Amino acid sequence: MPVDRIDELGGRPEPEQTLHVNRNRALRRFLRHRLAILGTVTIAVLVIACAIGPYITPFDHLFIDIRSRFQPPVSGAHVFGTDEMGRDLLSRLMMAGRVSLTIGFAAMMLSTIFGTLVGAVAGYYGRKTGAVLMRFVDAVLCFPNIFLLLTLAAFIQPSLMTITIIIAATSWMEVARVVEGQLRSLRERDFAVAAEMIGAPNSHIMFKELLPNAVAPIVVAATLTVARAILMESYISFLGYGIQPPEPSWGNMLNNAQQYLNSAPWLAIFPGLMITLAVTSFNFLGDGLRDALDPRLEV
Amino acid sequence: MTRFLLSRLWQSLVLLLLVSMIGFAVLHLAPGGPLSQFALSPGVTQEQIERIKEQMGLNRPLPVQYLDWAGHLVIGDWGKSFRDGQPVLVVIGQHLSATLQLMVSSTLLAVALGTWVGVLGAIRRYSLFDYLATVGAMVALSIPTFWFGLVTIYIFSVELAWLPAGNMYTIGDGSLLDYLHHLIAPCLVLGLVTVAIWSRYMRSSMLDVIHQDYIRTARAKGVPERVILWRHAIRNALLPMITIAGLQLPTLLSGALVTETVFTWPGMGRLFLDSLSYRDYPVVMGILMFSAVLVLVGNLLADILYAVTDPRIRLD
Repeated sequence: MPVDRIDELGGRPEPEQTLHVNRNRALRRFLRHRLAILGTVTIAVLVIACAIGPYITPFDHLFIDIRSRFQPPVSGAHVFGTDEMGRDLLSRLMMAGRVSLTIGFAAMMLSTIFGTLVGAVAGYYGRKTGAVLMRFVDAVLCFPNIFLLLTLAAFIQPSLMTITIIIAATSWMEVARVVEGQLRSLRERDFAVAAEMIGAPNSHIMFKELLPNAVAPIVVAATLTVARAILMESYISFLGYGIQPPEPSWGNMLNNAQQYLNSAPWLAIFPGLMITLAVTSFNFLGDGLRDALDPRLEV
Repeated sequence: MTRFLLSRLWQSLVLLLLVSMIGFAVLHLAPGGPLSQFALSPGVTQEQIERIKEQMGLNRPLPVQYLDWAGHLVIGDWGKSFRDGQPVLVVIGQHLSATLQLMVSSTLLAVALGTWVGVLGAIRRYSLFDYLATVGAMVALSIPTFWFGLVTIYIFSVELAWLPAGNMYTIGDGSLLDYLHHLIAPCLVLGLVTVAIWSRYMRSSMLDVIHQDYIRTARAKGVPERVILWRHAIRNALLPMITIAGLQLPTLLSGALVTETVFTWPGMGRLFLDSLSYRDYPVVMGILMFSAVLVLVGNLLADILYAVTDPRIRLD
């Protein structure tokens, strides 16, 4: 365990060291923003590829061609290879991306709206209302996410819409907490008190005065929620309760992959890489936004 | 201390009440409510369903049904499995230990490896190592657990043939060594997330501590750096991690479910999925409620333990 450098941080730093630390901090910020930019670019590429890619590729994502099943990548006409039914993997990845990204964005929108509402009401009214609402948030958070999601998924008819709704239903709590904290402190500020004194209605103060001041943390939380939602979709689809085949999603493409791990590992590798790529990008973006929007927060 | 304990207990009871209400709501969300399995079987007529409803008291007002249901939960009557008629709590109990073994081993991994990464990141803040650890943790949190499991199986079981691809024991071999051999891969897979989270929190906890006055005092007294680090800094930085460990429980349980599925580990998560596919709702609901209560109790214990170890907390 290297302990020789702990003194750097405790005592007063030498001028040289300050310079060193500052340079590194700048480097770190720069790199972090680079990661955020990289994330943004990756997301843009993924979205564009999934949106227009299927129109360009010569293969239909549902076209079954038994003669050319299990073709390894870069070996023939299929750049990413084919699956157990000879379907083109690249086409399927792009169609699956449409599904997974759509669910990610839509679930983010829903859960952000709901979480903001709950958080705003709880933070603004405070006292009993706030306490009850926030205890409710705590109670929902007691349920391990995937258990709750799977239980709900087992009760519904899986479709793009229902899956989106249940993912949103299990991921609004973070936003609610963030908004509640923000509004609770904002409503004590002079401008809020002034608005209250001139007789502005509650809804006006809440949504027109206070909430605009809490946009930054909401945007950060929303970005991270996209990442989570994509991950959650992949979990329940992988386990067979999400998007149903033949409609591909990144998660359900991995559903069958385990049994072909020996013979066709690319079936497992590519969809997982796509999920990781998308989720990491959104996490990088969210982290960069947090840095940019709120410099006080050191993660 | 008593005051703290009482208020914390009271909070947990309120939370438990809310948790049970959510559980009850989920139960009634199912199409056909608790009787959905009959609604799906073709041989059962609407008339018979009505009669069962009458018998099971499902036509009573919801608050009455809730009290009835919650009352049975409290006395440990969680219903019977549709599959084999065993009481739900017994079925859960049979699978709980495998899950706990997985959770404990990957938590130990997180404590060992995550602490090391976090401490090093804190004392060498903004170094290349710190930077790589930060980015690495974020990537680790973005990798789907099941996919990481599949990749692990592919590399270590299929290609290298070092580790078994699943199960807890080789058939016919029940030795400890065999068990540990089977534990490595699922523990690592579940540990990926826990190590990532733990290292991040450990880093910021450590940063809080090494800027405290008592560290400066110790240094001014001429205490060797090694002693400052181990006795003064790390020990104190580890204290708030007790709470973090409690807060990680839901993530850990969710991760265990997925890991158990990939590695056919005979725990609660696998039981949950099996029960889902059999539409064995008493067990599904039982596990859902059980895991929520587990999280609740875990958090309560973590808070109490934290208050016991760190007297400053009790002042709040």
